[in-house]
Amino acid sequence: MSKTAVKPIAEQPTVRPLHSPAQLHFRTLRIDTPFQPRIDTLMKTNDWYDWSGYRAPASLWDEELEYFAIRSQAAFFDISPMTKYRIEGPDAETFLNRLTLRDVTRLKSGRVHYTAWCDDAGHVLDDGTLFRLAETRFRLCCQERHLPWLLDSAIGFDVTVSEETEAVAALALQGPTSFAILREAGFERVERLKVFDLADFPHGDGSVTISRTGFTGDLGYELFMPVELALSLWDRLMEAGQSRGIRAIGYTALNRARLEAGLIVANADFVTAEHAIRADRVRMPDEIGLGFMVDLEKGHFNGRRAIVEARAKGRLQHVLVGLEIEGNIPAEHAIVYHRKRKEVGLVSAAIWSPMAKRNIALASLVRPYGDTITDDLWVEIYAMRELKYERRMKRAKVVARPFVKLDRRTASPPPEF
Amino acid sequence: MTSFDAPKWDVLVIGGGHNGLVAAATLAKSGRKVLVLEAAGEIGGAARTEEFAPGFRVSTAHLLNRLHPEVVKTLELERHGLVFSGITPTPAPLSGGARGVGIRFAPSVALSRDGEPLTLHGGYGESLSGASASEQAAWQELRAQLLRYAGILKPLLARRPPDLGNMSLMESSAFAMTGLSLRRLGKEDMRDFLRMLLMNVSDVADEHLEDDRLKGLLAFDATLGSHLGPRSPTSLLGLYFRLAGEIGGQAGAQALPVGGMGAVMASVLRAAQAAGVTIRTDASVAKILVEKDRATGVALDGGEEIRARTIVSAINPRSTFLDLVGTREIDTGFVRRIKNIRMKGDAAKLHLALDRPPEFSGLEAAGHRGRLVIAPSSDHVERAFNPAKYGEFSPEPVMEITLPSLSDPTLAPDGACVLSAVVQYAPYALKEGWEAGRKRFLAAIMAQLELYAPGVGRLVRHAELLTPADLEARYRMPGGHWHHGELQADQMLMSRPAFGAAGYDTPVAGLFLCGAGSHPGGGVSGVPGLNAARRILEMRG
Repeated sequence: MSKTAVKPIAEQPTVRPLHSPAQLHFRTLRIDTPFQPRIDTLMKTNDWYDWSGYRAPASLWDEELEYFAIRSQAAFFDISPMTKYRIEGPDAETFLNRLTLRDVTRLKSGRVHYTAWCDDAGHVLDDGTLFRLAETRFRLCCQERHLPWLLDSAIGFDVTVSEETEAVAALALQGPTSFAILREAGFERVERLKVFDLADFPHGDGSVTISRTGFTGDLGYELFMPVELALSLWDRLMEAGQSRGIRAIGYTALNRARLEAGLIVANADFVTAEHAIRADRVRMPDEIGLGFMVDLEKGHFNGRRAIVEARAKGRLQHVLVGLEIEGNIPAEHAIVYHRKRKEVGLVSAAIWSPMAKRNIALASLVRPYGDTITDDLWVEIYAMRELKYERRMKRAKVVARPFVKLDRRTASPPPEF
Repeated sequence: MTSFDAPKWDVLVIGGGHNGLVAAATLAKSGRKVLVLEAAGEIGGAARTEEFAPGFRVSTAHLLNRLHPEVVKTLELERHGLVFSGITPTPAPLSGGARGVGIRFAPSVALSRDGEPLTLHGGYGESLSGASASEQAAWQELRAQLLRYAGILKPLLARRPPDLGNMSLMESSAFAMTGLSLRRLGKEDMRDFLRMLLMNVSDVADEHLEDDRLKGLLAFDATLGSHLGPRSPTSLLGLYFRLAGEIGGQAGAQALPVGGMGAVMASVLRAAQAAGVTIRTDASVAKILVEKDRATGVALDGGEEIRARTIVSAINPRSTFLDLVGTREIDTGFVRRIKNIRMKGDAAKLHLALDRPPEFSGLEAAGHRGRLVIAPSSDHVERAFNPAKYGEFSPEPVMEITLPSLSDPTLAPDGACVLSAVVQYAPYALKEGWEAGRKRFLAAIMAQLELYAPGVGRLVRHAELLTPADLEARYRMPGGHWHHGELQADQMLMSRPAFGAAGYDTPVAGLFLCGAGSHPGGGVSGVPGLNAARRILEMRG
């Protein structure tokens, strides 16, 4: 009989992990948002996707009906994974004016604007929304992470930049009944918010910042709150919205709505400068339809010299356009041709639009196509039909964005339903 | 003068160091109206001669070994009074026709504590004394090889660095010439050139030499003015940099100018004034004015604004962009690069006012007029470097000593003597702080000096030790670094001072750099100033 019997477990030394909790982050591949307990109870499809490391719903119960919740009722979408930065200090305005393309001195306290920022070469690093919470305090919301860039941009400015993605929970409430739900929930004077306005409203023992903004082209609001208030706010709105058709939705439905609104998504419709591996994939603002943001009168900003030079020397090679395509088959990632022969670009997003009743798409074309030459454009759609691709050449027309324009988005006071 | 009738300047040069004056003079010669703004009370920067004790004067930059012949020629410095002196009679006349006075090279002496010193004569050891016959032969072979290879790099260290994205025909042909001269070396030599390019000086010396004194001297010279030990990779580049310099047409030579470095600066000043340059001292620039991405002028400390078409900064690149231009006017990526320039000095400067000239052991009287180096071996230099990596000074520092008053008696009272020494290693960010460390470091230096010149301590009437912190304050050199940025492979050529400003023009239109922080680097060469002026002329600035 062996004398080296295995010791009972109780006598074995306990092995203590050598890692700090932060070092074990990789064990949780996708983290939960502050609203996860509520979303989990509503999740029927188990259709999750990864949004910046968060477990986020692509759909919850039915993507068609979720889409129609945006357009006919009110949709509840958890935007907590959106990257958020707090920018504060006496030089916050000057700092942001140097960082971003638009003139921040014209963004008043209590207002929001859509903007973008570039690297030295004038290539877009990201687009996002800038919230002026107070004279010297801002929140910048975007798709990608930029803390090193923001901190280095702060050199020489009296400003502090901090990442607040995890500390701040956020919800989008979008759709025709969204205003009525907020009022029903007791947010007094919320009707005063014009589009791109923001204000603080009491909730629990704290407050929630509500802005009349969104990513759907519809009447809608975005609500930002400390994580401790997240679940009680969710419950407050859900209860108030019961009779007005409030529904939690996933990204698939939102993606349709944003495309109808003609809005672009970083790293879907263009490749951000720090993500692009291939030298020709980066884009200047003028090449992705953001040229309108570039304010050459406001003084220096990152990328200004490069943008001025590219414009002067005609070096802008691409253009992002809206397309209307004949037929009803979404042309997702289809190649765009001129005269059915010459390859001139690629579709980055496409759907059949239920609101516009049109087959719509966003595409990046190589100039002059889409810029000065807009006739005789075609897209090549491969439709999978029972294990066989059927190739369709469909005529495409460059059309203005947004594809769907809803008066209720900007109406003041906001309409009730 | 009211601003109403102030003259309209074409060019403002910020900083009246030698590069600023060279750029100013060259631009004035083209017909531009040039104003130099010097923050201090007199021009010359670290090459100006200052009194450090009653009757004793000295320049922080104490040797001339790379004043570029094209600078001498363009500014006609000889016509404006540049005269050299030294001890070794040499046949080499000053290039371009000497005006009566032949150039005399100062020898380099590797001091020895208990034996005979080893002396390199002429242009960096054309002949060697104090070494064995076999060592002399080995040295001649290595010297020839080093000079050959330095000669390949020399054109690159003289012209504007190649602009890889956007090279003019002339630039690319100059670049091609470097390739051609490389080919001309022959296969074996070319292979060795490439093999040795990024080697450390210690390994190269060990491959060829036996004598510790000689190896110590090479180790010292290669690492002088940089944060490298002789065994640090790429340290050989420092020696090539030295050998790519020349005086009087002789590569690697050095001279003590008559009247000290102050006299060199005086000749540069006379040349600038003769060209029509106006100089304002005590005019500290607080801000470079930028409007719509274009430099339009400067604001002085007092608030006075001066406008011009072209602004040339002869001061530190980091100060230029982060302090004077401000990050508001430049892009984040460029700020990152400028901020990342390594420029923490590692050398201190010692000035001693002595009752009479010191006597270094084993060195004859004439030898005292040379450049005296205390670096007994490569290992010694490496050991001196070790603590500097961790923020401590060398307990047994290495140094380069000159006795300028022997060549120019006006620098000291009758019979007295000035000792000037560059001492390594003295890290800028000394852990204990220079307030506390200064006294202890001075004691360590004096202990070393005493070993090589017994009794020198008793002759000291006054000692001035300029730590990197002092050099920073006195000469507005961030980090106290006389190259205004480490001169290492990653901060040379098109990476000096940083990508985006390496060709003297900068992201801010109308703003140019012309100081030591730009290619090719520091030392009294005038090359950055001359190259910058040529670039401005080329761009019609």
